[in-house]
Amino acid sequence: MVAKRIIPCLDVKDGRTVKGINFEGLRDVGDAVALGSKYAREGADELVYLDISATQEGRNTFTHLVSRIAAEIDIPFTVGGGISTIDDASRLLDAGADKISINSAAIRRPELIDEIASKYGSQFVVIAIDARLADGQWLATTHGGKRNTDKELFAWAHEAQERGAGELLFTSMNHDGTRQGYPCDTFARLAEHLCIPIIASGGAGSIDDIADVLTHGRADAALAASIFHYGEIPIPVLKQALNERGIAVRR
Amino acid sequence: MIAIVNYDTGNIRSVTNALGRIGCTDWVYTDDKHTLATADKVILPGVGEASTAMAKLAERGLDTFIPTLTQPVLGICVGTQLMCQSSEEGNAECMGIFRTKVKKFLEQPMTPPDFSIFNSQFSIFKVPHMGWNQITNLRSPLFKDIEEGAYIYYVHSYYPELCADTIATTHYINPFSGALGRDNFFGTQFHPEKSGAVGAQILKNFLEL
Repeated sequence: MVAKRIIPCLDVKDGRTVKGINFEGLRDVGDAVALGSKYAREGADELVYLDISATQEGRNTFTHLVSRIAAEIDIPFTVGGGISTIDDASRLLDAGADKISINSAAIRRPELIDEIASKYGSQFVVIAIDARLADGQWLATTHGGKRNTDKELFAWAHEAQERGAGELLFTSMNHDGTRQGYPCDTFARLAEHLCIPIIASGGAGSIDDIADVLTHGRADAALAASIFHYGEIPIPVLKQALNERGIAVRR
Repeated sequence: MIAIVNYDTGNIRSVTNALGRIGCTDWVYTDDKHTLATADKVILPGVGEASTAMAKLAERGLDTFIPTLTQPVLGICVGTQLMCQSSEEGNAECMGIFRTKVKKFLEQPMTPPDFSIFNSQFSIFKVPHMGWNQITNLRSPLFKDIEEGAYIYYVHSYYPELCADTIATTHYINPFSGALGRDNFFGTQFHPEKSGAVGAQILKNFLEL
């Protein structure tokens, strides 16, 4: 059966990762390729690299980095951040990315999903939604949660799927950074509502949180950053624990 | 020297990167029959739609040429499907090296009766089949040093049916040929170039055939 996936997420600024501690045997934690390789060796099932550079120069550095990642790393990886045209997507595909994730640009112009999916296939397109729960309603946000939109989560996720997105990466802005766990009920409702795989992001603080979202939350994958970057939960320990709970993971 | 068949199906970077990681840099990307015939090994990559890909092979006369090759040949994903008899994708007549047909997965919505009793066997079968799954019933030198049940990476909506040439089986919706082998021809439906250490070992095994 298909294994549930564990996905470390690396934020990259001007070609370097911006979070993390120095692990044993890894001198430069800022080296995005070295850190990604380490996670791949430890059993990460996929990697996500998010470009948080604000400048064009930073963007160009990122594309170069993507080709280095593709040369070194032997598991699939997704890249995101600042993708707003089909040319951006083509450039990253040519550099060797397996998938791209789009967020704000798809909210501004949903047709972008159709364009990329029809040219490169749905398996290449991940729709990322950062949403916040307020007054009983989940609304998508942009710019890392700073700007609100009127896009309702379930409707927008469904629309993105119909337009050709092959996966949903959902982050709850209410939970992101809290380490209090994922909103499992919302994930389970999304799973009922959609037929594309769902990656849960934002809120993981413990092995239990991840196990919960993969079972009760019915997510296909769990993405996390700080618990991996700060060495709190090593990937082999996490996978062993999930396996002991009867969750199918690749080992 | 390894010849990678060029039939204009796009990006081969993931394959050449994977060869590079196992120390193989001696490859060419070609549609020249003489080069293909004299290479030590031939890789038939593949992305895209089967009937279009078959047409591109035929334009180059490679659809009848590839089955005559005598050195080890490895198909990957759609490349493997083209080595079967036919594909439901675009109703393609394929090369007929492997004695099986390629079918489309039928999406199976399975709703567990009660979510509170979680059981890892419950899952909704989504199409495409994407992610890490297992290969079993391994029977080929292609899988030397690979354990039964090893995980490899898949992204596909069409699958080769089980047949006498099946050398690895994967279960998704139904059991299917995760890999095929007949004489000097081999094909994987999964992506060894994205399958971590297991995939690297399979590629290495192919190069050592």
